[in-house]
Amino acid sequence: MQPDRHEISVSVNGTAYRRSVESRMLLSDFLRHDLLLAGTHVGCEHGVCGACTILLDGAPIRSCLMLAVQANGHELSTIEGLASDSGELRPVQKAMHEHHGLQCGYCTPGILMTMTAFLKQNPSPSEEQVREALSGNLCRCTGYQHIVDAMMAAAQAMRAAAP
Amino acid sequence: MTTRFFGAPVKRNEDRKLLTGQALFVDDVELPDMLHVAFLRSHAAHARIKRIDVSRALQRPGVVAIYTADDYGAYWQPGPLLVPPPPIPGSVFNQRTQVPLAKDKVRHVGEPLAVVVAESRYIAEDALDDIEVDLEPLPAVIDLETALRPGSVLVHDDLGSNVSAHVHQSKGDYRAAAAKAHLVIKRRLAYEHGIASTIETRGVVAHWEARSQHMTIWDTTQAPVFVRNGLAAVLGLGERQVRVIAPFVGGGFGPKIMMFYPEEVALPWISMRLNRPVKWIEDRLEHFFATTHERGQIHDAEIAVTRDGRILGVKDVFLHDGGAYDPYGLTVPINSQCTLLGPYVVPSYDSTFTAVFTNLPIVTPYRGAGRQHGVFVMERLLDLAAHELNIDPAEIRRRNLIPADAFPYKNGIIYQDFSQLEYDSGNYEPVLDQALQVIGYAEFKQEQEKLRAQGRHVGIGIACYVEGTGIGPYEGARVQVQANGKVSVATGIGTQGQGHFTSFAQIVADQLGVDVTDVDIVTGDTDQFYWGAGTFASRGAVVAGNAVNEASRAVRQKALKLASDAFECAEEDLVLADGKISIVGIPEKFLSLGELARRANPMRGAVKPGTEPGLESTQYFGPPSGATANGVHAMIVEVDPDTFDLKILKYVVVHDCGTVINPLILEGQIHGGVAQGIGNAFYEKLVFDDQGQLLNASLADYLLPTALDVPRMELGHTVTPSPLNPMGIKGAGEAGAIPVGPLFAQAIEDALQLKEKSVELLEIPLSPSWIFDLIKASEP
Repeated sequence: MQPDRHEISVSVNGTAYRRSVESRMLLSDFLRHDLLLAGTHVGCEHGVCGACTILLDGAPIRSCLMLAVQANGHELSTIEGLASDSGELRPVQKAMHEHHGLQCGYCTPGILMTMTAFLKQNPSPSEEQVREALSGNLCRCTGYQHIVDAMMAAAQAMRAAAP
Repeated sequence: MTTRFFGAPVKRNEDRKLLTGQALFVDDVELPDMLHVAFLRSHAAHARIKRIDVSRALQRPGVVAIYTADDYGAYWQPGPLLVPPPPIPGSVFNQRTQVPLAKDKVRHVGEPLAVVVAESRYIAEDALDDIEVDLEPLPAVIDLETALRPGSVLVHDDLGSNVSAHVHQSKGDYRAAAAKAHLVIKRRLAYEHGIASTIETRGVVAHWEARSQHMTIWDTTQAPVFVRNGLAAVLGLGERQVRVIAPFVGGGFGPKIMMFYPEEVALPWISMRLNRPVKWIEDRLEHFFATTHERGQIHDAEIAVTRDGRILGVKDVFLHDGGAYDPYGLTVPINSQCTLLGPYVVPSYDSTFTAVFTNLPIVTPYRGAGRQHGVFVMERLLDLAAHELNIDPAEIRRRNLIPADAFPYKNGIIYQDFSQLEYDSGNYEPVLDQALQVIGYAEFKQEQEKLRAQGRHVGIGIACYVEGTGIGPYEGARVQVQANGKVSVATGIGTQGQGHFTSFAQIVADQLGVDVTDVDIVTGDTDQFYWGAGTFASRGAVVAGNAVNEASRAVRQKALKLASDAFECAEEDLVLADGKISIVGIPEKFLSLGELARRANPMRGAVKPGTEPGLESTQYFGPPSGATANGVHAMIVEVDPDTFDLKILKYVVVHDCGTVINPLILEGQIHGGVAQGIGNAFYEKLVFDDQGQLLNASLADYLLPTALDVPRMELGHTVTPSPLNPMGIKGAGEAGAIPVGPLFAQAIEDALQLKEKSVELLEIPLSPSWIFDLIKASEP
């Protein structure tokens, strides 16, 4: 069986890519191993752990549950594009550092992408809302408390910085 | 040395890479011409291998090679025994370690039968379906008691029984103690620990370079030095020809120490054979049965107490599920046996265990490493005794605590590190007091009546534990000041999120008067540091941390010596701070550490005999025995009387792990441990059928706790420095996870007033449906 291939065009963190991919290629594999954007991590490949979360046209999705061909024509954002071009960390990243919100750091990219989208929609969340939003991302190291603290602090910092 | 960083909540050096997606994990290694590997795994738990036909699979385009056990030839040999049994007289240990690919027989679901190498992982997995396998199913050995009956099916036919090990340890005269006791309570208790389930699964990349005759292996291991030594030996290479790198590793918790996993043996061999780099990354389904578990024990235990609740003795006979092979020796059941004694005076103890081979995945240590099982038994026995004697559960614990003036306290039995189990130091009662105070124990007992009157089912639990940490043999570290003034440190342990890049840097920064961010730590690269044991048993900070301290101190001495020669003054007249050495009172007269490093490696001139070049030192540290940490957890829960779901209203941990290097990192360790403990107590259960099939092998079915299940915790600390190392540190990695099971049982029993219904929670994991069943069964 000769696998069928498709030309796709995607934008990732503002850079346009044109590639030929097999129809069965997972979006997570495409990002990691074809575009070499390995910051997006893969934990379960069945959509539960959330480590592979990226933004598709601004909305969080599990890149392990989508095929690369389905991303054709879409704008993707990954962890590599989160900090500013000059390397300055975003408030969510800064807050994770300040509050020790990561240990092994493997789940961290997915959490940052999930929470980036969440805080954009919910600038003043309660702790319960933050926990609800986080509950689709599994972390085995931290017990979540420092991540929750970080996200509450990030929300506050973003509100303070908003015009 | 002036302490600026030791003890401070310093933010982590390693965070930036991890927060920006720039940290290297094993699956991020990409090499030209790399091939990809998938393993054909047994679907049967126990079967004879009649035939494996790979001919059709080899025809698939993109498939490069397929190997079975026969292809390995002399390379096929059972794995090493990681930990030999401790020298306990009369012990039985039957060594049957795992094999690189199953030959003749498969002994658990997921055991690999063949390995496919292809141009992509997708093609390799396609080819798995093309392999024809003929397995003759055999009945599976699952139940521990059935496994030991005469005539049972055998996991290892040549052994004649399913006994992996049998150990008896005792002190005092339990029979005499029971005879004079006011009360003896006997129960059967079952405790099952689940799987570590790191978010990063395991993975190996092997790269043989024929031209340089050199092998590089990237491995998600917690013990890179041992993997290097072992693989070099089996591959017929010198240790200097093999470099093992454990880069950023996405969680360890124990199972990533195991070696050799069949995949660790396969990949380097394949790379040498094909002269191409090869990669294997475990998928989540494989992780459920190809990575080691921790699982169940059944204890028939009894406690003998006086009328006022003092322990006279404990007797325990237990069975331990070891799975299909026993490469980790007795570590897990010995930990259960020893840790059962807890922080209590137990004058007589009689404990026997039998480790049993089953047709289930291999059991090796997972965070807690059997300690949970023992702590559950002791804490539950105390709860039962307290109830019978009408003593408050906190009070019965207090009455039995080892007094502060009794340390070092000898327990009279042998521990996993082969030494006598001796608690080096401790002061237990203040820990209990603080936990009771922070949880509001007395206030809650009053409040509880009111809440119950309102129809709310609230309960409280309190559980005590000790944790043997920081065991030997040793670790080492090399500290080196570079010409740019930055400090480079290498150690042989691996790191999986514990913050070593920061906590070790704090130690160095204080000794050498530099900033934490000017210290660059390398862990887990055997070419950077040759010697070491690994990251396990809550020992990284204790053992490697003290080696880092010793090496930093030696470099400091060297720097001061050089500067005193240069300035022609006494060392006492020098100040080392802010990366430079100056003369006291003349800050403008200084030499930077970088300049001193350059001078310590001159191009010309004579170096005095006996002088080592460079501002560098390598030192080793080996503690005489492990340092014992201790703690108390307390929890208030509310249980829904209809669904038996529960909400944790308050969770308190008070803990003593000696001197604290970084309280922020310590908090994280405790939080994470408690979260895993909560999973173990109430959410996570490996469900096997009677044929050894794991019925819930996905994260949708095996429930890891989420941010909604883990409560906010309040932490308290007391500090009793360990006398066993100069910094007074004790380990903290496993403490959070250890006492959560009995805490849940006690608090839920209290909330639902189960004692009044004669319902006892004697098994972990608990679940809403199991509690429902127990209560239904108890109703007339």
